[in-house]
Amino acid sequence: MLTYALRRLVSLALSLAVASLVIFLVVEVAPGDPAAYMLGTGAQPDTIEALRSELGLDQPRLERYLSWAGGMLTGDFGTSYTYRAPVAQMVADRLWVSLPLALYALALSTLLAFPAGLYAAARRGRAGDVAVMGATQLGIAIPNFWFAMLLVLLFAINLGWFGAGGFPGWEQPLAAIKALTLPAVALALPQAAILARVLRSALIDILGEDFIRTARAKGLTRFEALWRHGLRNALIPVLTIVGLQFSFLLAGAIIIEQVFFLPGLGRLIFQAISQRDLIVVESVVMLLVFAVILVTFLTDLAYAWVDPRLRRRA
Amino acid sequence: MSLLSVETLTLRIGAKEVLHGVSLGLDPGEILALTGESGSGKSMTAFSVMGLLPQGAVPAGAIRLDGTDLLRLSEREMCRFRGQAMGMVFQEPMTALNPVQRIGDQVAETLRVHGTPRAEAEARAAETLARVGLDPERIPPSRYPHELSGGQRQRVGIAMAVALRPRLLIADEPTTALDVTTQARILDLLKRLVREDGMGLLLITHDLAVVHGIADRLAVMQGGRIVETGPTAGVFAEMRHPYTRQLFAASAHRAELGPRVTHGPLLEARGVVRDYPLPRPHPFAKRDSHRAVKGVDLDIRRGERVGLVGESGCGKSTLTRALLGLEPPTAGTITLGGAPVRAGAKDRHLRRRMQAVFQDPYGSFDPRHSVGRLVAEPLHLADNIPDREARVSEVLEAVGLSPDDAAKSIHAFSGGQRQRIAIARALVTRPDLVVFDEAVSALDVRVRAGILDLIARLSREEGLAYLFISHDLSVVRGICDRVMVMKAGEIVEDRVAEDLFAAPEHPYTRELLAAAPVLPEREREAS
Amino acid sequence: MTFRLLPGAVLTAIVVLAALISYVWTPGDVASVDIAAKLQSPSAAHWLGTDQLGRDILSMIMVGARTSIAVALVAVGIGMGVGVPLGLAAAALRDTWLDDVIMRGNDLVFAFPSLVIAILITAIAGPGALNAIIAIGIFNIPVFARLTRGAALSLWSRDFILAARMAGKGAPRISAEHILPNIANLLIVQGTIQFSLGILAEAGLSYVGLGAQPPVPSWGRMLAEAQTLVSIAPHVALMPGLAIVLTVLGLNLLGDGLRDVLDPRLRAVRT
Repeated sequence: MLTYALRRLVSLALSLAVASLVIFLVVEVAPGDPAAYMLGTGAQPDTIEALRSELGLDQPRLERYLSWAGGMLTGDFGTSYTYRAPVAQMVADRLWVSLPLALYALALSTLLAFPAGLYAAARRGRAGDVAVMGATQLGIAIPNFWFAMLLVLLFAINLGWFGAGGFPGWEQPLAAIKALTLPAVALALPQAAILARVLRSALIDILGEDFIRTARAKGLTRFEALWRHGLRNALIPVLTIVGLQFSFLLAGAIIIEQVFFLPGLGRLIFQAISQRDLIVVESVVMLLVFAVILVTFLTDLAYAWVDPRLRRRA
Repeated sequence: MSLLSVETLTLRIGAKEVLHGVSLGLDPGEILALTGESGSGKSMTAFSVMGLLPQGAVPAGAIRLDGTDLLRLSEREMCRFRGQAMGMVFQEPMTALNPVQRIGDQVAETLRVHGTPRAEAEARAAETLARVGLDPERIPPSRYPHELSGGQRQRVGIAMAVALRPRLLIADEPTTALDVTTQARILDLLKRLVREDGMGLLLITHDLAVVHGIADRLAVMQGGRIVETGPTAGVFAEMRHPYTRQLFAASAHRAELGPRVTHGPLLEARGVVRDYPLPRPHPFAKRDSHRAVKGVDLDIRRGERVGLVGESGCGKSTLTRALLGLEPPTAGTITLGGAPVRAGAKDRHLRRRMQAVFQDPYGSFDPRHSVGRLVAEPLHLADNIPDREARVSEVLEAVGLSPDDAAKSIHAFSGGQRQRIAIARALVTRPDLVVFDEAVSALDVRVRAGILDLIARLSREEGLAYLFISHDLSVVRGICDRVMVMKAGEIVEDRVAEDLFAAPEHPYTRELLAAAPVLPEREREAS
Repeated sequence: MTFRLLPGAVLTAIVVLAALISYVWTPGDVASVDIAAKLQSPSAAHWLGTDQLGRDILSMIMVGARTSIAVALVAVGIGMGVGVPLGLAAAALRDTWLDDVIMRGNDLVFAFPSLVIAILITAIAGPGALNAIIAIGIFNIPVFARLTRGAALSLWSRDFILAARMAGKGAPRISAEHILPNIANLLIVQGTIQFSLGILAEAGLSYVGLGAQPPVPSWGRMLAEAQTLVSIAPHVALMPGLAIVLTVLGLNLLGDGLRDVLDPRLRAVRT
């Protein structure tokens, strides 16, 4: 188990190193002179020169990469050119909106998907299964940001149960959770539809396995066999999807924030793009990629927890 | 009153009737073998008793266990019977256990489902595991299935079935997936459990030699009917039904090899070693390796028929792949007619001279191609065959098929016919050597006998040399001049077939021969 | 099992036809602004109503379908064109370090969701429909590479591949003659799914301004522009959304239906 975790950890570190190099190359090398690019066409040569030295662009590229990556490791993300503020602090503030939103949605999606998938698999081919599958077919076809607009129209504008957007801050925890509820539902429903379908088909595959027949020969009912032997085995493909979903939810959160005017990473990064603040873009992108790689790592660990065969092997 | 009595059982699956009035009885402490070829309905009979039929299957008639008609019980009542009054052991030990649950918990589940409290169930599960021969010192109940060998897993399967000491045990081909020495031990275990618990055992098996060694009574099934039944010794002595006689004859079949005619060396292997890298214990460790083949020397002469026997994991598949030039040996040399065999090398003449027939008749063909295209596939190796269509027709006829079959899709052919097509494909380049890699292992006995006759005829008529690889001693015995026995990566005995079977020298060969189940003497003489 | 194939094919055909017809005819002119006719509800003159600039929404949706289909189609093409050969190569080179390199590279690309790639490109090159194509296309590569490798690996272990090797065929030829034809159905089904995901992703990207730019109409931007009008004229936001839902639904049904017809055992993945 320890070996397995160690091996995954090495792979995590390698992925991060390569990903950071890719991002660095795209942002700081591809545009030619980032300083000139950030200041736009009307900039004076001496202003550009000042920014160049401020950003350390006069240093060799390798040194710049190492100091950027090293800074990241110690929590120093550099200074935003437009805001004149440490990027780390700005990102941290916004992350407190986007991350809870993604996790809230992940929890909702899992809570919805498991009963739906189990129910559909247990009632395979009957009316209940057809109904659940029909609903998920629709669920996977709906763009989450459009669904969010419909939710606003119904629950905020027509019924008035929720605010149409904005975020009160975590000083008022209940109000904050309420403000995140519609966005989380909008994010979660399409993902829940996918997860329920994956769970159902994984369970149905496993119901055909020999060991389910063995369990039935011991005297377990069909549902007991599904519950005790099917579910844990079905978790292996389902975990893969849950892991992938987190990155989709994080990306989705960035889009959904636009519908609800939430002060999350999304607003930060779109402002940074329009202001050509490459330092902020670079940091937020690295953070997003880090989150995805980290979740992959955690998913790998979860595999080993579910499947004893993995603990021994590589 | 008998323990189990099946009365005129019929079974419909959809519109098709697969069992037509099956009747049989089983007494406590008795072993009844239900035998027949695949598709005869023997497994369906067993699953009808357990009430574990596929969806859409409708049984009719009566199945009485201690007087209760199981077919009249509700699903919920059947769940109380399963595991408690009757247990079942399945064929595939590799897939019959839940891979993510400890073996102790899986055995304890049988007890807990039927109301035993957790602590007691765990204690009794541990006892049952010890009782079926899993030493708690070596194989504790905390193990997972993947940490066990096939035979050990089958013991766990048996422990789950007998944990509550059921009155009836059903075993569906319980040793078919196991090696011969493991098979002997599992059969002994089943016999002991029947004796100790006084339960009735319904044993489903296709192997008449196994039947002869274990069963008190025997029922022969064909096409959804029982064609002959009675005490084992009586049935073997009389064999009233022609189908029974055919099965016996095919099981004991020896192909007519003709005299051994060899001339000059063909395949030579010297000091062949093959290592497989093992996964690293941690990311920075040095990679260890497992030596699957440990310095094998081997010769096959032109026209010679050689057998290679060994149990699973002995290295015979690895050695075969090296000989065929599919994987490079780690060390050693292999030559065919003096030319080196190198993996990956595009030496067309060498490839033309050595072909192979593999085990799985259903996996051996690209499902998208016609028979003609499949058989012709190796022909691009042979410049000396100008008329390809004529050659394909010729080999199809040689293996007992029609030239018209070339236009058909492979889906139109049965398992036995497919193995004939595979042989045609191997012969199409006029090779000097054909390797048969478990080529008859997936076939029913009567089909197998036909294929063995075909191989023998080809060898007699065309002087074909072959290497026949099998786990089954009795098959190799009937088709080879010389037999090599492989164990743990080494060839431990290599002798003329007659001598090897008459007076085995190596202790392992003796163990294999002793473990192999045998047909009754009378029959072997008669065939 | 044609109960999914038929509605799927019909829906998809309607969308594709609408996009094609829009090249020669649309009910209204998408370039002409008529503020007097703004935000009209659906009527005989404007079947789906008009938007905040008085343009005919049906015409906008028809022209917008071109963008969606083009972006998603080219992105699937990129994903298949690069991913399938990579997957075939990885399977043929199994047990070697090259397989590891290809699959590690895939994992790395997987760590960059389409949105992140689009953000990166837009940050250094400005917005445009091409960004969406590249971003979604790159994301499709590992999807097809993994799928192809997995399916190819299971074929490589089959006896008929051994027979082809005994016939002296090398890995490239076996991949082309035996592996690719046998996984083609799977690729077609997965291609349909990726196509529908591409439509969704394109809509999301153009909604946040990372996709097609004015004056090219796109469904996502129509929704972005309609957002503030939801309370006064809900139809402006409803119609483009419905267009997306019906298109994606149609493609998904088509994919499922194709799988049922081609081979029910196919294992396409949806993420």
